[in-house]
Amino acid sequence: MTVIPEEKGVEAIVAQESVAATAKRGLSSPWASLAAVVIAVLWTIPTFGLLVTSFRPQGDITRSGWWTFFTDPGFTLDNYDEVLNGSSTNLATYFINSIVITVPSVLIPISIATMAAYAFAWMKFPGRDFLFVAIFALQIVPIQVTMIPLLKLYVQPPFDLMPLAGSDAPGGGFYTIWLSHAIFALPLAIYLLHNFMSQIPGELIESARVDGAGHVQIFTRVMLPLMAPAIAAFGIFQFLWVWNDLLVALVFGSSENAPLTARLAELSGTRGQDWYLLSAGAFVSLVVPLVVFLALQRYFVRGLLAGSVKG
Amino acid sequence: MSTGEKFTQMVIAIAVFFAVVALILLLTQRLRSRRGELVQSAAFVLPAILLIAVGLLYPALTSIYQSFKDNTGSEFVGLENYQTIFTDGDQVRVLLNTAAWVILVPLVSTIVGLVYAVLVDRSRFEKVAKALIFLPMAISLVGASIIWKFVYDYRDSEKSQIGLANQLLNWLGFDSYRFLLTDPWNTVFLIIILIWVQAGFAMTILSASIKAIPEDIIEAARLDGVGGLKMFRHITIPSIRPSLIVVLTTISITTLKAFDIVRTTTGGNFDTSVLAYQFYVEYFRSYDQGMATAIAVLIFVLVMPIVIYNVRQMRKLEAR
Repeated sequence: MTVIPEEKGVEAIVAQESVAATAKRGLSSPWASLAAVVIAVLWTIPTFGLLVTSFRPQGDITRSGWWTFFTDPGFTLDNYDEVLNGSSTNLATYFINSIVITVPSVLIPISIATMAAYAFAWMKFPGRDFLFVAIFALQIVPIQVTMIPLLKLYVQPPFDLMPLAGSDAPGGGFYTIWLSHAIFALPLAIYLLHNFMSQIPGELIESARVDGAGHVQIFTRVMLPLMAPAIAAFGIFQFLWVWNDLLVALVFGSSENAPLTARLAELSGTRGQDWYLLSAGAFVSLVVPLVVFLALQRYFVRGLLAGSVKG
Repeated sequence: MSTGEKFTQMVIAIAVFFAVVALILLLTQRLRSRRGELVQSAAFVLPAILLIAVGLLYPALTSIYQSFKDNTGSEFVGLENYQTIFTDGDQVRVLLNTAAWVILVPLVSTIVGLVYAVLVDRSRFEKVAKALIFLPMAISLVGASIIWKFVYDYRDSEKSQIGLANQLLNWLGFDSYRFLLTDPWNTVFLIIILIWVQAGFAMTILSASIKAIPEDIIEAARLDGVGGLKMFRHITIPSIRPSLIVVLTTISITTLKAFDIVRTTTGGNFDTSVLAYQFYVEYFRSYDQGMATAIAVLIFVLVMPIVIYNVRQMRKLEAR
């Protein structure tokens, strides 16, 4: 397989960087530039202010605004030390929880969805079109609608199955969170990956079949490599969604396995004026998604442009 | 659980999962007959179908059923829960707030995103300028709420301010303002947070769409003497109309379902609650299962037409 087909995704239609044309020239004036600068500043200053605050000594934070930092600098890493290791906040533990929640919650739905998308795109079986449309339609179900009955299924499953939630839940209660994230991700994942997959030329599949390859070989040897960018795009999407999620963590998690977002939201309520903790805490939770996002922005934008509406 | 145990659990879960997937692939690999292909399809599709049926379809239907029952789910109450949502004073306030969110967030984010996309298009700093607006998208809504709560922080006018918004007011000679406490404007200040997050999304999609407008259309218009705002109104806007609709509808859906901001900033107090947050409150604070499911179903009913419209527009975009 040396022929790698040009990727023509949905995004190619909207994102043709080269055929650029602009209405900007008509608007370009000092005022236009000023407006752009004003928006950029408005969008950056709030984050910047909290970032500066997170490095200021506790006393300074309560005494004066962060903008005085530049005339009266005082720098410390104590806030980060306190928020990560201090016994009252202990964010290091929650950081671990976030990682433990996120990795399986990204890997599992992507694998299941890739296989299903392959079947929907390239295998023939009765009821295929109906099932695909049904899954596609289920995207519109907001997760709130499913939560309460799903929680009950976890606590009291039918047929004497093992409860996944409750005091003696297996795996520290992580299974309910992993499963829920996987379930909620599936309809969109299957739909998007199916879109990308069905754009791969049929001759490629045919020739592989003629060469004697079965579906499993085609899936693992031909499809997966070709689908890597699309899988990456959805992977980043799902990663950000899970890492930043609060609702699923609150509903299906416990204080034992709460992620950073849940802990931060709690701190914001109980210690709402302790800005030395909140500022540093916020950046502890931001740093991973920001790094991932900046490093893989290209894929993320591709995912966005392919139309991502999530339940 | 210790850190080590948690990671062990995670590795076990992933290993078991991939072992099962590998086993399925290996077992069905050799099947070639017509029947064999059917078994193969089942192996590929059934895990997804099962999860969706048990985890989405069944719970959604159960929720709809339970929204017609009382707080403990034991007796039928007909439409009573829905009646409460539309007549009870507090609940009506929630509906009005939700309406304000769903109107303002998509509209303002899209306008800001569009204006900004046009302004920085082809400028020297385009990449950096876009990244600045785009960054809030990577931040959790909890993080965004904390960032803005700090901006809105309140201190008496006599004291030195630590929140930027009140400092600006003081500098301009105004008294400090309780941004998060003063009803009804506090809802607007919460809405600003989501606008701040969503503008980047609008900008990305619209910027890509603006760049895709064919050069010759613009050239032709320019030869006809069209320029400036006229070009923007008569050429740019109509050309990107489908993307505009996708952006507006997508942000509306996100807005209807966002509860993190209200929960982190005000906890729904001071008349700031919205439907998505009220759902959470009814079930986890008031233990009223009937009301909670009724609110969830209402969100569903509100989202449904927007999603359908959105999907149809996206289809059109794809077809172009």
